[in-house]
Amino acid sequence: MFRIDFNKLRFLVCDDNPHMRRILRTLLHSFGAREVYESEDGATALEMYSHYVPDIVITDWSMPIFDGLELAQMIRQPESKGNPYAPIIMLTGHSEKRRVTVARDAGVTEFLAKPISAKALYQRILNVVANPRPFIKTKTYFGPDRRRNTNNTYIGPERRIGGEVEVLQQPSLLDKARTAV
Amino acid sequence: MAKDKPATLQIETFADHHVITQPNPLRKVLRRVAEKDLDDPVARAEKALEGLSSEFKNWMEIETDRLAEAHAAILRDGFTNFTREELFRAAHDIKGDAATFGFPSAGAAAESLCRIIEHAPDLDQVPSDLIAHHINAIQAIVHRRTKADTASMASELSRQLRGVADEYLALANRDRPDHLEAVLAPGIAPAE
Repeated sequence: MFRIDFNKLRFLVCDDNPHMRRILRTLLHSFGAREVYESEDGATALEMYSHYVPDIVITDWSMPIFDGLELAQMIRQPESKGNPYAPIIMLTGHSEKRRVTVARDAGVTEFLAKPISAKALYQRILNVVANPRPFIKTKTYFGPDRRRNTNNTYIGPERRIGGEVEVLQQPSLLDKARTAV
Repeated sequence: MAKDKPATLQIETFADHHVITQPNPLRKVLRRVAEKDLDDPVARAEKALEGLSSEFKNWMEIETDRLAEAHAAILRDGFTNFTREELFRAAHDIKGDAATFGFPSAGAAAESLCRIIEHAPDLDQVPSDLIAHHINAIQAIVHRRTKADTASMASELSRQLRGVADEYLALANRDRPDHLEAVLAPGIAPAE
């Protein structure tokens, strides 16, 4: 069994709601964290990210002006001078499937739907600390590997192309329907 | 803080992507403990959260007042980008926080209100009573929580509001398949 030495971790928490920031601060300090930096908007969080170089970012999604999704996208800039690899945990009231997909495609490492619980937050932190995923860089994406299940037999339209260039032609549903008629 | 120096990246290049692996920079914060280790950080955090709970009712009232103010602004100025955002943000915060603060039914009613704001094709066409009933229900649930017999009533109230809202959204979005799919789809993100 593993435990995390939270006192060796530096957190950046970004949430526009002061009550939620207080809850997060309380939970993280109770886990043992000493360094918890807080921001109430994405723009300030980005500045703090560059300045404090946190090990883990916990951000809300919905915030005025510069939201958590944009924050994740700004952090995940492969050519940036800062660290584009820090784990990002998105803690949000959004829980719809399409939101999870959008967050994943912005480079978010873990998604945690509110209401928050101590156990769920601890598990997400343990996961990003103990099981970091490799990063993938394509023309349109830079972030943690979005595929959690290794399946070599996957032949879907978004299959990655290996060393030997292979182009997988996928008939569209419309073509399939036309063929069937 | 946990990193002494930048880790060396290992980059594998493929035809249309790179796989970048770095030695785990946070590995040194992990320590192995015995199975019977008595220190339980989750239990410690839950206890600390309990210590905060005396403030939850007050926090919830602040959130509810904010929602009521956002609604009053809409009644006064109509739906603009600003007033819509303020109402959505206030409802969305209650949706996320209310269960933690001990008001799960208020959270459910706030979620229903968020769905209306997000998926109604034209907010000016939404019956004003539908929005007002959500606001009133959330306020009633929060202000009358001290009565033990109101919990099941609050739950039933939220359930009925969600039913009416879903019926409205399904009808209003009958020609908008993307929204209809979102309205009918269940939430999938696990809480734990």
